[in-house]
Amino acid sequence: MAINAADVVATPSLTDAPTRRSAVGRFVRKKPLGVAGAFLMGALLATALLADVLATHDPTRTSMHVLAAPGADYWLGTDNLGRDLYSRVVHGSRISLIVGVISTLIGAVAGGFIGLLSGYIGGKTDLLIQRLMDIMQALPILVLALVLAAALGPSLTNACIAISIPIVPRAGRVIRASVLAIREFAYIEAARALGVQHLRVAFRHILPNTVGPFIVLVTAQLGGSILVEAALSFLGLGIPEPYPSWGRMLSIAAAEYAEKAPWLVIWPGLAISLAVFGTNLLGDALRDTLDPRLRGS
Amino acid sequence: MRGYITKRLLIAVVTLIGMSMVIFVLMRLTPGNIADIMFESAGYVDQADKKKIEMELGIDKPIPMQYLSWLGELTQGYLGKSYRYERPAWEIIKPRLPVTLELALLAMAFSILLGVPFGVISAIRQDKPIDYVLRVVSLAGLSMPSFWLGMIVILLLVHSLGWIPSVTYVSPFDDLRANLAQFLFPALAVGYRSSALIMRITRSAMLEVLREDYIRTAWAKGQRERSVVWRHALKNASLPVITLLGIEFAFLIGGLVVTETVFNLPGVARYLIDAIQGRDYPVVQNLVMFIAIIVVLANLAVDLLYAWVDPRIKYGKA
Repeated sequence: MAINAADVVATPSLTDAPTRRSAVGRFVRKKPLGVAGAFLMGALLATALLADVLATHDPTRTSMHVLAAPGADYWLGTDNLGRDLYSRVVHGSRISLIVGVISTLIGAVAGGFIGLLSGYIGGKTDLLIQRLMDIMQALPILVLALVLAAALGPSLTNACIAISIPIVPRAGRVIRASVLAIREFAYIEAARALGVQHLRVAFRHILPNTVGPFIVLVTAQLGGSILVEAALSFLGLGIPEPYPSWGRMLSIAAAEYAEKAPWLVIWPGLAISLAVFGTNLLGDALRDTLDPRLRGS
Repeated sequence: MRGYITKRLLIAVVTLIGMSMVIFVLMRLTPGNIADIMFESAGYVDQADKKKIEMELGIDKPIPMQYLSWLGELTQGYLGKSYRYERPAWEIIKPRLPVTLELALLAMAFSILLGVPFGVISAIRQDKPIDYVLRVVSLAGLSMPSFWLGMIVILLLVHSLGWIPSVTYVSPFDDLRANLAQFLFPALAVGYRSSALIMRITRSAMLEVLREDYIRTAWAKGQRERSVVWRHALKNASLPVITLLGIEFAFLIGGLVVTETVFNLPGVARYLIDAIQGRDYPVVQNLVMFIAIIVVLANLAVDLLYAWVDPRIKYGKA
């Protein structure tokens, strides 16, 4: 899934199209799957924002109705502590979205910053940074996140840090590649010739042009972050109780009561899959739109 | 060719040394040292005992010394001692290796067997219904947590066939059928994700290659579709796929961590979780390094394969 940032940059941006509205219209016509993805993302966002309204029960309150089957009172049934599964799944969207977005942004901004400096400075600094990135990428994302999460201890903040660090080298790569392409443009040379300072060139003249690849990167990584959070929580190293995390819901309760109460397995997993599916659909469509090589293909 | 191989070998060594430093630092992020943690869970602290363990672990020495002696042990193939099981870690890892290896190879085989042909079909039927279906199916594969897919598979099997996952590992040399029954589904659950990635990269590589002049020439010569697509185009389109295989191997091992847990398979990846949860940090450090070594070796193998497949490298142009 390599994103060729250099190619993304060399194209006119969306705003160069006759009007912004027609660009959106074309996106809707050309990329029905992307629209479906945007719809799913919108639904996820709405669920997270309106969780208190949508939920029928307190997601953390236990009751006597242990492992109740789905019905009128408990739409998706209850878990082994008698908590309403529907309300927990609804509230779980908050955790998934918050942890996903925050860790992706931390990783992408930190990596983007490193990529910008690495690409702009070049030379030995660039070489050293690139080797470091290589090294960080040699470990499977989940294994790196696992070790980090275990070392830092389970908490919401630590989970975000643990998930964001494996994103850094990946973001660094993408942004560096696009910086390398932009650096060669004549207007950068012109800016330097006018005596503009290096830092200003990097941040004022190069950085804004990396927005395209950055958006693609963030959308593509968001799904990955949600999946890693789910896996960490599933293994008991992610989000601690009492936060209702989808991954955590699947771990103890579901494994032990799967046969008696299959709904405990089905719904939280479906929620994760739909959320990630949405980011993947949207990310794909955005990449196709921003990447000229694939445009019209 | 020789220059290329030497360069790749050097990069692999440098990566491994850097990796060992990163892992070493990571393991020291935890507040307090390993002896503290071990005693904290025990409830009481006998200072003399703690000193003894600190000496045994070598953590009373300065940090750079600790690092060097760890590296020394590693190069001699010593993977440390498990404090939970009071045995050398290698004794625990060794019987688990075939489990993980079989699972990884089966999953890899599935992902290639499914991913490549579907990717090709998707490319030659671009924007036809079959292309859309395959693309959605592959995206779904990338969206489902593999451990959840595993749980759903188990649920279905239990409900429809009354199948019960066996608890003990059956070697393929003892009973191939029982072994396959044990590994088929976990391998599919992990392999689905990888096959989705392979399908996508095959599709985009094929789309690019199919537009090249030599393909048009092949069509113009009146070659059959089968020959053009599968012989001429796929050959060149396979290069990015091979690169992906190396990267994907790392993902695959990540996927095994949870899949082995879900399917209750006694593999190396699950031992990592065991060790992390049991705070067996010396073992975690060595096990993560072990995984890093395997990933780096897999990437090295892919690089060498690349050199063999791509004549541009063979004749020293790249």
